[in-house]
Amino acid sequence: MQEIDIADLRKLSEEVKTIYGYDFTNYAMSSFKRRIKRILDLYKFPSVTVLLKKIKEDRIFFEEFISEITVNVTEMFRDPSFWREVRDNVIPTILLNHKNISIWHAGCSSGEEVYSMAILLEEMGLRDKAKIIATDLDKSILERAKSGVYSLKNMELNEKNYIRFEGKRSLKDYYKEVNGRAQMDQRLVDNVSFREHDLVNGMVFNKFDLILCRNVMIYFNQNLQNNVLKKLHESMFKYGYLIIGSKESLIWCEISNKFIVVNNEEKIYKKIKD
Amino acid sequence: MSKFKIEPNRFKAIVIGGSAGSFQGITKILSSLPADFQLPIIMCLHRLKHVRHGFVEALSIKSSKPVEEPYDKEGIKKGKVYLAPANYHLGVELGNTFAMGTDDMVNNSRPSIDITLETCAYNYKNKLIGILLSGANRDGAMGMKKIKDRGGLTIVQSPEECMIDTMPKSAMALCEIDHILKVEDIILFLKEVHKAYS
Ligand SMILES: C[S@@+](CC[C@H](N)C(=O)[O-])C[C@H]1O[C@@H](n2cnc3c(N)ncnc32)[C@H](O)[C@@H]1O
Repeated sequence: MQEIDIADLRKLSEEVKTIYGYDFTNYAMSSFKRRIKRILDLYKFPSVTVLLKKIKEDRIFFEEFISEITVNVTEMFRDPSFWREVRDNVIPTILLNHKNISIWHAGCSSGEEVYSMAILLEEMGLRDKAKIIATDLDKSILERAKSGVYSLKNMELNEKNYIRFEGKRSLKDYYKEVNGRAQMDQRLVDNVSFREHDLVNGMVFNKFDLILCRNVMIYFNQNLQNNVLKKLHESMFKYGYLIIGSKESLIWCEISNKFIVVNNEEKIYKKIKD
Repeated sequence: MSKFKIEPNRFKAIVIGGSAGSFQGITKILSSLPADFQLPIIMCLHRLKHVRHGFVEALSIKSSKPVEEPYDKEGIKKGKVYLAPANYHLGVELGNTFAMGTDDMVNNSRPSIDITLETCAYNYKNKLIGILLSGANRDGAMGMKKIKDRGGLTIVQSPEECMIDTMPKSAMALCEIDHILKVEDIILFLKEVHKAYS
């Protein structure tokens, strides 16, 4: 197939923005291009122009486009050493000064991160002290997160991560096998509110002690990362924590001086200036 | 007189892919690099998905220059050696910055060599050298083709020297390879590249 032209991608994201309001114009180009290429292959569209035509004509297809353009790959207890750090240091420190703890999973994808947090809190006996909001741009992935149904194959990996996290029990204690799939115990998320929210266009809606925004801003270019970081910063209490993916960094962001690094290996930051 | 003739300052970056059986070759290359080697070297080597630590350290010990796993959006600098981190795709954006991705595995791999090679090809065009070493799958072949299509230079480790030759052979089947070399000669080649750089 022909190399995809960046000009065509720009046109596509401009038109999507005008018609539907979703703004991909400042997504990182290399991965955005890869996602578009994948969609062209998947639906056998011969060109970006044909894809754009379909998007414009067919709102239902556009929903599918949103699901396909976003990268939803995730794991429970991804980077186990990070989750140990949350358990052993972050949460205890927050609770030194607060009775309750508010958490935002920004870009929660299919929810594995949310269930990981719920299990962690459950094992610390703190689940009733936590108020959790989990958001994503992609409606259909949020439905998956709410339902908490995962493939057994993925659960093998999740279980391995959980063991390296050094959880107190077995991950099997938190799900049942139903029709060859894993159904997470829904009580774990009874204090979680799953909501559709767009980090690019969405408003700041609350303040939190802890925000996890892991492996989301890698899909944004530096400008957009700057803007989104401002919103995250506004959504945090002073001395609250922001945690990003293990291969992300805030050092190139405009307002990086409003944070300090608490743990560089696990990319745990603390807001120190309003 | 050297076997290789290299135009002064023709190249801006080197990208290396490798998989099963490439560790020895890669460490030989890294240990023989002149300490003031100027071109950035970007490596994508297949590795255990869930082991974040150890690999970059193991390579660094054997290398004449430190090896680093870059962060997303980090600028690519002269004289540095970079390694794709575990469980992330490593791409390069126009403007010479790194871009991480957690998207689906490509050729059963994350990091995928094709992704690193293709995005480098797109960014560096004819100023790129692509090197593909020993490996047991086809990852990297398409990336080498992209490098060739954009005017870059392609090198594979000679199949008879490879522990597993599927990777270089797949690239040879898919596109024109400029040089098929033993590791020893890849090293000589890189030394010439170094001399041609001012
Ligand atoms: C790779 S997943 C990260 C999942 C999880 N945080 C982790 O690290 O495993 C990235 C998620 O970000 C979401 N996302 C992308 N753009 C977004 C936006 N503008 N607003 C909110 N979520 C977005 C995607 O839908 C996707 O589910």
